[in-house]
Amino acid sequence: MPERKKAPHIKDAIEYKIELKKPTVFKLDNGVPVYSIQAGTEEVIQIEWIFKAGNWYESKKNIASTTNFLIKNGTSTKNAYEINESIDFYGAYLNRSCYNETAVISLHCLTRQLEYLLPIVQELFLDAIFPEQELQIYKQNMKQRLAVNLQKCDFIAGRKIDEMLFGFNHPYGVYSQMEDYDNLDRESLKKHYDTYYINGNCTIFMAGILPANYAEQLNKFFGTMPLNKTQLIEPAHDISPAVEKKCNILNDKDGVQAAIRIARPFPNRHHPDFPKVQVLNTLYGGFFGSRLMTNIREDKGYTYGIYSFLMNHLHASAWMISTEAGRDVAAATVHEIYHEMERLRDGKIEEEELLLVKNYLIGTLLGDLDGPFQIIGRWKNLVLNGLDDQFFYHSVDTIKNIDADELRLLAKKYLNPDDFYELVVV
Amino acid sequence: MIQFQRFTLSNGLKVLVHEDKSTPMAVVNVLYDVGARDENPEQTGFAHLFEHLMFGGSINIPDYDDPLQNAGGENNAYTTNDLTNYYCQLPAENIETAFWLESDRMLSLAFSKKSLDVQRKVVCEEFKEHYINKPYGDVWHIMRELAYKNHPYRWMTIGKELSHVENAQLEDVKNFFFKHYTPLNAILVVAGNVELEKVKELAEKWFGDIPSGEKYQRQLPPESTQHEARRMTVHKKVPMNAIYKTWHMCARLDEEYHATDLLSDILGGGASSRLYQSLVKEQQLFANISCYHFGSMDRGLFTIEGQLIEGVNIQDAENAIEVELDKVRNHHIDIRELQKVQNKTESVMAFEDMSVMNRAGSLAYYELLGDGEIMNTEFKKYQDVNVKDIHQMALTILTPENSNTLWYLAEK
Repeated sequence: MPERKKAPHIKDAIEYKIELKKPTVFKLDNGVPVYSIQAGTEEVIQIEWIFKAGNWYESKKNIASTTNFLIKNGTSTKNAYEINESIDFYGAYLNRSCYNETAVISLHCLTRQLEYLLPIVQELFLDAIFPEQELQIYKQNMKQRLAVNLQKCDFIAGRKIDEMLFGFNHPYGVYSQMEDYDNLDRESLKKHYDTYYINGNCTIFMAGILPANYAEQLNKFFGTMPLNKTQLIEPAHDISPAVEKKCNILNDKDGVQAAIRIARPFPNRHHPDFPKVQVLNTLYGGFFGSRLMTNIREDKGYTYGIYSFLMNHLHASAWMISTEAGRDVAAATVHEIYHEMERLRDGKIEEEELLLVKNYLIGTLLGDLDGPFQIIGRWKNLVLNGLDDQFFYHSVDTIKNIDADELRLLAKKYLNPDDFYELVVV
Repeated sequence: MIQFQRFTLSNGLKVLVHEDKSTPMAVVNVLYDVGARDENPEQTGFAHLFEHLMFGGSINIPDYDDPLQNAGGENNAYTTNDLTNYYCQLPAENIETAFWLESDRMLSLAFSKKSLDVQRKVVCEEFKEHYINKPYGDVWHIMRELAYKNHPYRWMTIGKELSHVENAQLEDVKNFFFKHYTPLNAILVVAGNVELEKVKELAEKWFGDIPSGEKYQRQLPPESTQHEARRMTVHKKVPMNAIYKTWHMCARLDEEYHATDLLSDILGGGASSRLYQSLVKEQQLFANISCYHFGSMDRGLFTIEGQLIEGVNIQDAENAIEVELDKVRNHHIDIRELQKVQNKTESVMAFEDMSVMNRAGSLAYYELLGDGEIMNTEFKKYQDVNVKDIHQMALTILTPENSNTLWYLAEK
C-alpha cells in the first residue's frame, strides 16, 4: 500500500534552471529583421509578419483593422476567392490580426508547402486593391456582428473599462460604433496600406522545422520590397481617464449575470516594479489557486471564474480584475475583490503560499517554453517591447527571489481601491 | 507516427505510454468512459457537475490543485456528451505527484458537502454565462431536442435545466462515482519525458491496489431513423435572424465518417468553402455561415448554421442553402476541391500533434474508440476518400426527411 496521505517528494520548481533558446537573427536586403527558431517535432512552420500598422497609426476609426482584414480580399490579378482557395489548397492558414501598435499577418503551413505560399503572401503586401464590393460586404457583416456583441454584457464591459482607463480618444480606449463602419472608404484604406504596409515597418518572426534555404526564400520575396526605408512618424496620444471612477450600466433588464471589471493604470514593462507585480498578480488573481479564485469561486460559488492580469500594451499597461458573476451576488463579488486587496496590503503572506506561487510560475514557464511557437512567441513579446532576454532572466530571478515583505509593500503601493476604476454591467 | 506502448494492470486499468525526450515536461491524462449520454434524463448535467467535484478533495488528499501547482503543474478537464477527460502537465521530475493525485481520486472522493454546495453554484454560473446570458446561447438546447427523440444526445452536457444541477444530492454523487470512476472504465495515458519501466512501476504502485469495480455496460436507446422533415420556429431577443439545419449522420467509428467529415469542410469549412463563397460573398444573404459536426461517438448531427443579413427573407435564405446542397447531391465535386480539404486535414493533424498534451489526449481518445493505434491510421482514411464517396454521403445524409430545421428569429 502506498503512503497516500503524504505527498511524494518534489523538486521545487524554483530549483529549475530556465533557458530561453536564442533565435537566429538576421536582416533581409532591405533591412527587415528576421527572428527564427529552428525546433520542433512536426514538419510545420509558423511565420508572422508584424507591421507597425495598428490603430495607434490610423487617421480615422477602424481604418487599421479594416485594412488588415481586407488585405487578402483582392489583388489586381486575384479575387478574394482565388486567394483563399490557393492558401486553403496548400492546407495553410493565413490569418490577420490587428492590435493597438501592430498589425499581424500570420501563416501556418506544412514545411514542404512553404515555397508555394510565400509568393502569395508577397502579392498581398505589394498589390492588395481593397475592392469596393469586399468593403461593402465587410461593413455590413461587421455591423451585424457588432449588433450581436452589443447584447453581451462582457463585451460592453470590456470596451467601457478601456475607455475609463485611457479615454475614448486614445487608441487603447477607443471602440467601434455603427457609424464608424459606414464612414469607411477605400481611399483611406489604400492610404493606410501604402504608408504602413508597402512602405511600412516590418519584422518577421518564424519558427518550426524550417527548410535549409528559408533565409534565401524570405529574402527573395520580402527583401526587395520597399519596407523599413521610411522613418515612421510616431503619433502622440494623450491618456485622459474617466473623471468618475465608478460606473454601472444596465444593458439587459433580464440579464442573469453581471460583468465586473475593476482596473487601475499601471506602467509598462520597462518599469522596475513590472516583473515583481507579475508575481503579486499571480498570487492575487493570476491562476486557479489565486486568492480571488479561491475565495470568490471555490469558497462562495459566485462565479465560474475570476482572473486578474496586467494588460499587454506597449506604451502603458493597466492592472485588471475581470469576472462574470451572478446578478444577485455582483455587489458581494465587488466587495470581496476589494477585501482581497486589503488582505494583501495588511495581512500575512505565508511562506507556503508564496512557494506554491513560485513553483507554479516556474513550472508553467518551463511548459510555456516547450515548442518552437512558444519560444518565438516569447521573443516576439520581448522584441516588440524593446527588450531582450535580460528582461526574461530578470523576471525569472524575480520570481525565485521575491519575498513576502516586498510583495506586501507592492500591495500597499498599488492595491488601493481609490486608484481603481470600477464597472458593473448587467 | 506516434509511438506508444500499452500495458494493463491486474485491476483492468489500461495504461498507454508515449515517450518524447524533447520536452522537459510530462503529461498524465486520465479519461473516464462516461459522458452526458450516460445520465438519467431526470438528472442531466451530472457528468459535468461531477467533473467539478473531482477537484473538491479525494479520500486521502484534501485538495487537488495546491499540491499539483506546488509541483509546478497545471491541469484542466472537460466533459462531452461521450466522455470525461482530466489532464495535467508538470515538470517530468515531479511526475509522481500526478500519480499520487490521480490515483487517490480514482480510489475515492472525499464527498464533501461543502464542495457539492459550492460547485452546484459554480456550474449554475457557468450555465448562465454560456447558455442563458448570451444571444443564441440556447440554440443547441432547442436543436438537440428537435433532432433526438430517444437518444440521450437530446440534452447538452451542461444539462437540460438549471434545476437538475441545483437538485443534485450527495447520495447521487456517490452512486455516480462508484458506477463510472473505476479502473475498468478508465484509460491512463502518460506522455512526455518519461520511461516505460518507470511508468510501469509508478502505475503499479499508485493505481495497482484500486478495486477494479464493475465494467459499465452502456445500453443507450438508439435514435430511430427519421422519416419526416422536422421544423421549428422560435422568436428570441436577438438582433438577427438565423437558420440552423441538422441531418443525422454516421457514428465516429463508421466507415463513412471520413467522407462525411470532408463533405462538411467542402460545404462550410472556411473562406474558400462553397456555402461561404456563394451565400456570404456572391449572394450576400448571410453575414456568416458554417458547416460542421461534433464527431460524436454515436450517430451525430451534420450541421449548417448561418446568420442572415438584415432584411433577407428567411425562406429565400433557406432555399439558397438548398441550391448549394443540390449541387453536391447532383454532381461530383472537383478533384482539386477534394485535395484541398485533404491537405487541410493533414495540416490540422500535424499542428494538433505539436503539443505533448494534445498527443496524450488523442491517444486516450483513440484508445477509447478501440485502439490508440487508430491515431496513426486516421490520415490514410482521409486520403482514401474519393469524389464518389463524397457524393454518396451527400445523397445519403442531406435528404429532406433526415433534416431538422430551426428558424431562430429576432423578436420584433
